Amino acid sequence: MSIIGFLIRRILTGIVVVWLVATGAFFLFFARPVDTVARQLAGHAATPQVIAEVIRNLGLNQPIMVQYWHFIDGLVHGNLGYSYYTQESVNTMIGQDAPATISVVIGATILWLIVGISVGIISATRARSVFDRVSNVLVLIGLSMPVFVIGELLILVVFVPLNQHGFHWVQTGYAGITQGFGVWSGHMILPWITLAAVQAAVYTRLSRGQLLDTLGEDYIRTARAKGLSERRVIFRHAVRAALTPVVSQLGVDVGQLLGGVVVVEVVFGLGGLGQTSVQAIDTDNLPVIIGFVIIAAAFVVVANIVVDLVYSILDPRVRIA
Amino acid sequence: MTSTSEIEFEAKSADAAQDSAARVEGRSQWQLTWRRLRSDKVAITAMIVVVIMVVLAIAAPAFVAITHHPPDVAYPNTGENVAGNPVGPGTAGFWLGTDGTGRDLFIRILYGARISLFVGVVTTAIGTVAGVSIGLMAGYFGGIVDTVLARFTDAVLAFPYVVLALALAVVLGPSLTVIIGVISFFAWAGIARIVRGQTLSIKEKEYIEAARSLGAGPFRIMFSDILPNLLAPVLVLATLYIPQAVIFEATLSYLGLGIQPPTASWGNILADAQNFYQTSWWYVVFPALALLITTLAFNLLGDGIRDAMDPRTERVLAGRRRRRRRAPRLAAPSGGASPDFPDAARQAPQG
Repeated sequence: MSIIGFLIRRILTGIVVVWLVATGAFFLFFARPVDTVARQLAGHAATPQVIAEVIRNLGLNQPIMVQYWHFIDGLVHGNLGYSYYTQESVNTMIGQDAPATISVVIGATILWLIVGISVGIISATRARSVFDRVSNVLVLIGLSMPVFVIGELLILVVFVPLNQHGFHWVQTGYAGITQGFGVWSGHMILPWITLAAVQAAVYTRLSRGQLLDTLGEDYIRTARAKGLSERRVIFRHAVRAALTPVVSQLGVDVGQLLGGVVVVEVVFGLGGLGQTSVQAIDTDNLPVIIGFVIIAAAFVVVANIVVDLVYSILDPRVRIA
Repeated sequence: MTSTSEIEFEAKSADAAQDSAARVEGRSQWQLTWRRLRSDKVAITAMIVVVIMVVLAIAAPAFVAITHHPPDVAYPNTGENVAGNPVGPGTAGFWLGTDGTGRDLFIRILYGARISLFVGVVTTAIGTVAGVSIGLMAGYFGGIVDTVLARFTDAVLAFPYVVLALALAVVLGPSLTVIIGVISFFAWAGIARIVRGQTLSIKEKEYIEAARSLGAGPFRIMFSDILPNLLAPVLVLATLYIPQAVIFEATLSYLGLGIQPPTASWGNILADAQNFYQTSWWYVVFPALALLITTLAFNLLGDGIRDAMDPRTERVLAGRRRRRRRAPRLAAPSGGASPDFPDAARQAPQG
């Protein structure tokens, strides 16, 4: 199976998945009584006439299938609709919020993969050493900590004392990379650590377990028996085989990663896609919610295609099919 | 396929068979496990911590009687200082200080524990029953049933938990029932995947063939011949899911889409505490500690049970790697699925 054929097939199924998610989200949200939405928009003191007016302006009085048709029509043309409150285009809002979210995701992913996998490898090759025991304890604590608790504790023990003592590099909120790398990374460092901590724990445990299992295989004994150095045995023979399940785990974790991003953005006030969608949920801003759900689904689909490609490169036995 | 009456008949006899099988075979296995678990100091400590947490949660009204501070009552005179901020631990009879509106933080944490533990246990129970049933059916029937169920499982596992949970909480309105429903909906998938994998390998064994040749129907085979061999991994997975459900609930409540104030939940206490971390460290630290201690205890207990049931893994692994080659494992799963059985369930609904 050629890589082109694989990509075409995966992209087509991906489009179907996104369509299904979009449709599901649409009917889930629009199945609610329109009055509640309109009443919230119009304010508590609104007369029934005003509410009817609001409903008509939003097009909520049309039959559901007509609304659905408009929604899908817009979607096909790349238009995700307009905010109920500001009439701002959802596309524009996503464009504004994306940099913060992308900064968090990329930085945290790099951090957790480096920390998780390297700690896992060191732990596995020195099983039962002090390092291994300490890392096992830290892993358990990491697994037991909700993202928002880590974030709040970091604010309490890092951000507040540092800023009280005149050290202002570490900040909350978001600063674009256009303001300079130093400013940007100072704002991002706590979100990165927060998001990476939990995931790094999962990956340390996974890569350690996988590597320990691999090191027990016969071909590792063979490699040692033919006199290869331990470093070569571990890095050329064992790690490669041990890391393939780690990569496939990454594909599964992308969905959860988004959940973590939402929380991190709220904790640190980054104002990215996640925080905006929580606000939209609070205010019944349906087009914005649906827009973000669609973006999230598309992200999961794309990330999984990438993970499968990487997987097939790491493990040549896996045919892309 | 069997007719309905046949299934009914078999379901009845399956119950009877399961009872007797559990009595004879189960006891020795559980005894062995319990003996290994008892010698594991960490796991026993964790178990004691869990018991203490449960007792504290149940006894919350008793502490209200002692302190005379009901969970929802604010004490603007004694519970807040001149600036209107919370007072610290030990002040004016508030053991752990007060919260942002002058309520007793200790009492609120206890009431939060009731919610957290209840949600954790109930959702795990629902998720386990659903996951085991779906996994058994997918693995046993194979074919189109398997394809549909396995795809669905993968989809649930890959879906952005928090996003959908938030959406559902909004559409249905945040309430305890909705939260339990949402968390249960995500609880089953990890278990179903493991159960399916194990069922695939167990159903090829000779004794299953023997049972089939004796005329046992699919449901009898699934629930009385296959299921008992899966109890060990399922128990471990369930224990390890409880802390995740606790975290999930806390996260939803933290985002304002779970338990609604004034009902106390660790998540919504911590959300309120955000406004006070400059002045009142205890307001953040104590609920966070309660949450951490609870989830950590469940995780350690789950790891301990896993080690006790399957001596191959983790803590004893390094020393016994060679011995494992000879000793057959309990309920050996097939192929590459085995090493990640404890971790697959760890796809934490991290929020």
